[in-house]
Amino acid sequence: MELALSPDDAAFRDEVRAFIKDNYPEEMRVANPETDLSKEQMLLWHRILHNKGWIAPLWPKQYGGPGWSITRRFIFEQETTRAGTMPPLAFSVTMVGPVIYTFGNDAQKQKFLPRILSGEDWWCQGYSEPGSGSDLATVRTKAVRDGDHYIVNGHKTWTTLAQHADWIFCLVRTDPTAKPQSGISFLLIDMKSPGVTVRPIITIDGSHEVNDVFLEDVRVPAANLIGEENKGWTYAKFLLGNERTSMAGIGRSTRYISRLKKIVKAEIPEDDPAHLEFIRDIARVELDVLALEATELRVVAQMARGIDPGPAASLFKIRGTEIFQNITELTHRAIGNCGLAIREHPISANHFMPGPDYGHTATEKYLNSRKLSIYGGSNEIQRNIIAKAVLGL
Amino acid sequence: MDIQFTEEQELLRSSVQRLLRDQYDFDARRKIVASEDGIGHEQWAAFAELGLLAAPFSEAVGGLGGGPLSTMIIMQEFGRHLVVEPFVETVVVAGGLVEQVGSDAQKQAFIADIIAGSKLWALAWTEKGSRFDLATVTTTARRDGDGYVLTGEKTAVMAAPWADYLIVSARTSGHRHDRGGVSLFVVDRRVANLDLQSFKTIDGRRAAEISLRGVRGELLGKEGEGVKALEACRNRAIGALCAEAVGAIGELNAATLDYSKTRKQFGVTIGSFQVLQHRMVDMFIAHQETLSLMQHLSLSLRDDEAGVSRLASGAKSKIGYAGKFVADQAVQLHGGMGMTDELNVGHYFKRISSINIQFGDPAYHVLRYAQLDAVA
Repeated sequence: MELALSPDDAAFRDEVRAFIKDNYPEEMRVANPETDLSKEQMLLWHRILHNKGWIAPLWPKQYGGPGWSITRRFIFEQETTRAGTMPPLAFSVTMVGPVIYTFGNDAQKQKFLPRILSGEDWWCQGYSEPGSGSDLATVRTKAVRDGDHYIVNGHKTWTTLAQHADWIFCLVRTDPTAKPQSGISFLLIDMKSPGVTVRPIITIDGSHEVNDVFLEDVRVPAANLIGEENKGWTYAKFLLGNERTSMAGIGRSTRYISRLKKIVKAEIPEDDPAHLEFIRDIARVELDVLALEATELRVVAQMARGIDPGPAASLFKIRGTEIFQNITELTHRAIGNCGLAIREHPISANHFMPGPDYGHTATEKYLNSRKLSIYGGSNEIQRNIIAKAVLGL
Repeated sequence: MDIQFTEEQELLRSSVQRLLRDQYDFDARRKIVASEDGIGHEQWAAFAELGLLAAPFSEAVGGLGGGPLSTMIIMQEFGRHLVVEPFVETVVVAGGLVEQVGSDAQKQAFIADIIAGSKLWALAWTEKGSRFDLATVTTTARRDGDGYVLTGEKTAVMAAPWADYLIVSARTSGHRHDRGGVSLFVVDRRVANLDLQSFKTIDGRRAAEISLRGVRGELLGKEGEGVKALEACRNRAIGALCAEAVGAIGELNAATLDYSKTRKQFGVTIGSFQVLQHRMVDMFIAHQETLSLMQHLSLSLRDDEAGVSRLASGAKSKIGYAGKFVADQAVQLHGGMGMTDELNVGHYFKRISSINIQFGDPAYHVLRYAQLDAVA
């Protein structure tokens, strides 16, 4: 399914397609890019996009964005995900960048934005804490003003790829007496600061994506405060809105479905009754993707006409994640007995895995995708948002 | 229908519980799984000493005569503690096959060592193209003097790296999918022309790809009746795996309920949210239903009822789907914590995922349940 494109936009789509084909680094096409690539490898495509001027589709031209229309931004997103390119680090480009150019001062914009675009700085997100998951407004990490600095103490968790990060953007409590939402500030902290410790959290798929970040008497220049003190909740919500936009994941789901079809064809003979069952299950999930894609295109068309999509992002997040979980489950089922095996951490060694290559990451993907309905605002929270904001309940 | 357990059965349950409480908490299990060969030899010896390895066997072969109900009791507790040692493979599956179809000499030679805890076994029936069909066998066995020589490949054989002996299904006649013509053989796992490539499994165990290049095997049961023997064996294995799943489901529900009563968000415990209450009620109902079905199946296995195969498939499917639902929701309700390797919840999730593959997934068995109805 495609948007109805003007000739110019269609030419743009072809240009993007050709650019990916000619420039996407071969060494990034590994079994599971999210866990198998080094930091340097992850940044290869980032740098190529940066040189082309396409690294930050969302950003206004004055800050280094390409100045695309909503339609072109969508085309770019569609083409890059369909081609299975690894998206640039969201925490840098999609999350903290827009916060800085929207709410930061000139000095902050000059200091941070170019380094985000070039990939020199790797950012991670200091939002969740052990006691603050869905209820983010209760963050307890404390920042106390001391002359030109804040002294920060606290414990952030589920911090994705903090092991690579140069900077962390943090929600910190600057007014312990105010209502939870009113005492929060948005602070940028150099990961090299004394008192910052990163501890890996290994997840059920055996990978190291997330971390605990401990902050002990970390001295942070007051110049790293974004906007006004105690207004951090406003900036945090703005950022979360961006986090949820691309969660429909149509391109990714489409790619995984086509891989699933190949696996089923190879694994399950047509005279096996399981074959028909897989055909039907796959068709059902394809229809789920089709309906979500149609919804996304409808919303994009409305946005192009200036209509506010409201909490459509919550709908995309719920359905996008449920669909992908379903696809990874079907894939794990399709590889049959080989689904018992799990790859050991690929960075450490290349251990033996049974069965054809296409099944080697099916188990870890199946396990890892359980996180999708939990992170970025759990699906229960997203349903609450729609109940309240759309249905008025 | 509710099983009134005998004093002896209650004693079995409480002694397994005590043993596992003392020797098999989550940290102890973690150490076992991380060890070089990934199995707790001390724990296995303790199982033997307590008589668990003798429990299901008949008194005629030196067992305690506990049958499928003792297996159910043991496996439910093993499920609660995520025991990785190959009780199902060695005692229920291999031991059960030897007792069912073995010669007197084989029973004498093999079962005593199983009961003593000195030998471990695995069953090699799965092949690359077989998926969950017991009759799809391409490995061949050729008569050679008074024995047989086996050639072929077996895939994803659970517990094989630990095993002293394998029971291998191989074709003595017929074509790839023929039910007839499959026979079972006892093979020494350590012979030179048997290649084994080990790998770790999703649930912290060890399995292997096996290549047989002219390996000598000893016929177990009658030639050509391997599938029939395997079907009965699979029923017993399903009984054990279902009990294990029910044990795991019970633990997941207890952990989730506990967490929902202590974890606070938005100023209240998350257990006060109606959407989560209803979810946990559904998890509770799933546990009740699976517990009942597990008992139903165990009784049917004990009495060797006519419809036991159909019931076994039905239970494997229903308990499999229920286990998947409970495991998904337990992870979901624990939030990020449920995703960590550190917490036990994810490990129950993975064991349930593995149970759902072993001896056929829930989709396979629901279909078989339907097909066996058509036959009857």
